[in-house]
Amino acid sequence: MTVLSLARRSLWNRRGTAALVVCSVALSVALLLGVERLRTEARESFANTLSGVDLIVGARSGPINLLLYSVFRLGDPVNNVSWASYERIAEHPQVAWTVPLSLGDSLRGFPVLGTTQAYFTHYRYGRDQSLALARGEIFDGIFDAVLGAEVARRLGYDLGDEIVLAHGTGAVSLTQHDDKPFRVVGVLERTGTPVDNTVHISLEGMEAIHVDWRGGAPIPGLSISAERVQSMDLTPDSITAVMVGLTSRRAVFQVQRQINTDRDEALMAIMPGLTLQQLWDLMRVGENALLAVSALVMLVALTVMLTALLTGLNERRREMALLRALGARPWQIFALIIGESLLLSILGALLGVVLLQGLALGASGWLSGQLGLTVTLWPPTLHEMKILAILFAGGILVGLWPAWRAYRNALTDGMAIRM
Amino acid sequence: MTAPVLSLTDVTFRWQSGLPDVLSVPAFQMQPGERVFLAGPSGSGKSTLLSLVAGIATPRTGHIQVLGQPLSQMRGSARDRFRADQLGIIFQMFNLLPYLPVLQNVLLPCRFSRARRARAIARDGSVEAQARRLLGALGLDADDLLRRPVTALSVGQQQRVAAARALMGAPALVIADEPTSALDADRRLEFVDLLSSECDASGAALLFVSHDQTLASHFPRRLSLLDINQADAQSGSGVTP
Repeated sequence: MTVLSLARRSLWNRRGTAALVVCSVALSVALLLGVERLRTEARESFANTLSGVDLIVGARSGPINLLLYSVFRLGDPVNNVSWASYERIAEHPQVAWTVPLSLGDSLRGFPVLGTTQAYFTHYRYGRDQSLALARGEIFDGIFDAVLGAEVARRLGYDLGDEIVLAHGTGAVSLTQHDDKPFRVVGVLERTGTPVDNTVHISLEGMEAIHVDWRGGAPIPGLSISAERVQSMDLTPDSITAVMVGLTSRRAVFQVQRQINTDRDEALMAIMPGLTLQQLWDLMRVGENALLAVSALVMLVALTVMLTALLTGLNERRREMALLRALGARPWQIFALIIGESLLLSILGALLGVVLLQGLALGASGWLSGQLGLTVTLWPPTLHEMKILAILFAGGILVGLWPAWRAYRNALTDGMAIRM
Repeated sequence: MTAPVLSLTDVTFRWQSGLPDVLSVPAFQMQPGERVFLAGPSGSGKSTLLSLVAGIATPRTGHIQVLGQPLSQMRGSARDRFRADQLGIIFQMFNLLPYLPVLQNVLLPCRFSRARRARAIARDGSVEAQARRLLGALGLDADDLLRRPVTALSVGQQQRVAAARALMGAPALVIADEPTSALDADRRLEFVDLLSSECDASGAALLFVSHDQTLASHFPRRLSLLDINQADAQSGSGVTP
């Protein structure tokens, strides 16, 4: 095809400018697809965080707050759930199982969760997947710890290592529980959920390191050794939240209402699936803003392309007149410009996709570590295909104006070659 | 006797309605194979005349015939095809596409016209063979020269490449619009002679437009645009509304 090969060679002749245009298109494509992909992954990862749990019970606050601190270990609870209430819930006839959750400490920035062995049996994520051990075993002793995959990888701990937990949830903590170190007995498989970032210890262990504490600080002059604590009663006074499984799903509203109207303690029960959905809706504004910004970036890239095409048009007026004199039809001149803009868009899109793959490959460890996101690389989703199609349409649209001008120039310039 | 290669009858043209005519040619003819020197100072309607002959502009009134075909009555696409098939055009300068090597530039007319491609193959066996023959006849036969980018050629060499391109596939009429004005004085005559002899060899008529009267003696027929253009040159050249 004559016109196409001419367009290609002409473009190659102006490859400096063309490369810049392709780069700007590529960056915008990478940004738009990247945002889109993160968005999808975030939503997936979100919906897959927790399944198989019918209710989460915590102190009465907001449902989203409860979900955030109990499942995502974000933020702090307003209050605790008393052990008496926990026992009452556990004994409810329609409750099949309960898993207590106790939070508040950390290991070099990673949250520590005090719970029971039932946690490992009942926690489900993704499509009804259970937690699995990569190596080692589930905690049995008071000072045993099971690490999430990411914690083990990032901090370089493995079976048999001693770890010292810190009081509070900050990455840097001044008060360490260094009198009662824990030993790593197990490391979990990667799940892509907040579990990866969690240090799991027994509820007794959690109580043991706080037995000589009061009000968030060690009691002065009182120090109970790790050996002595073994013989003490380590049933906690209170816990942070409870995960509840029911005997029948149909009872969920009834049990929820009973817990919410409990007269002894101000409790709240939420359905995690529903609240996850609410939380997602909450983030939709930010998500849309992000998408709008990337759409604008694509618009800017197309404008850059338009500028380059229009500037090039003046330089190429002679080229066009020559081609006309050689017998090129006006539509061929038109096709020359449109073809160029389409070629630039395609090259930009390809480079953008490659760029994104590279970035995703390089950043996937960080993404799953920091955000609990797993980024799949290929193939592009239908939605991403749509975005690329929109880009190509935009490229053609952007080419229309200069192409039309070239077409008109071709008709009016006649044989006069303007410099 | 065959039809004239070019025939203008009562042709008038203006760029916009409301502006005066820039061109008014009652009668002008060229015979096949004829070489004509057309003198015309700038602003005398040269470019306009060439646009009309090339079929890029259409006259307001009158008839233009090329090879007996009524160019002025053809549709735009038919004129484009006719130009691709039957005309070779040489401009004053910058004739070549900078992004194509010399040989590809010469082959361009055969890309836009099947008729010229067929004629070139019939004469020399292949389009490349004809391009090399024409370039050789014009003194450009070194292989390394043909592979060089056209921007590395001297102006004189570029004009000769343009001449070879105009002659590809034996067009009936070659139009040269001041092809020598960018050349050194001693190169001009040489170029005119080369072009003339190659036009003769391929049987193409040559309409050579120039304001350089020293070249006129090399053409059997000489005339001035001021003689054939009846439009008022003063009002024609001005763009006063």
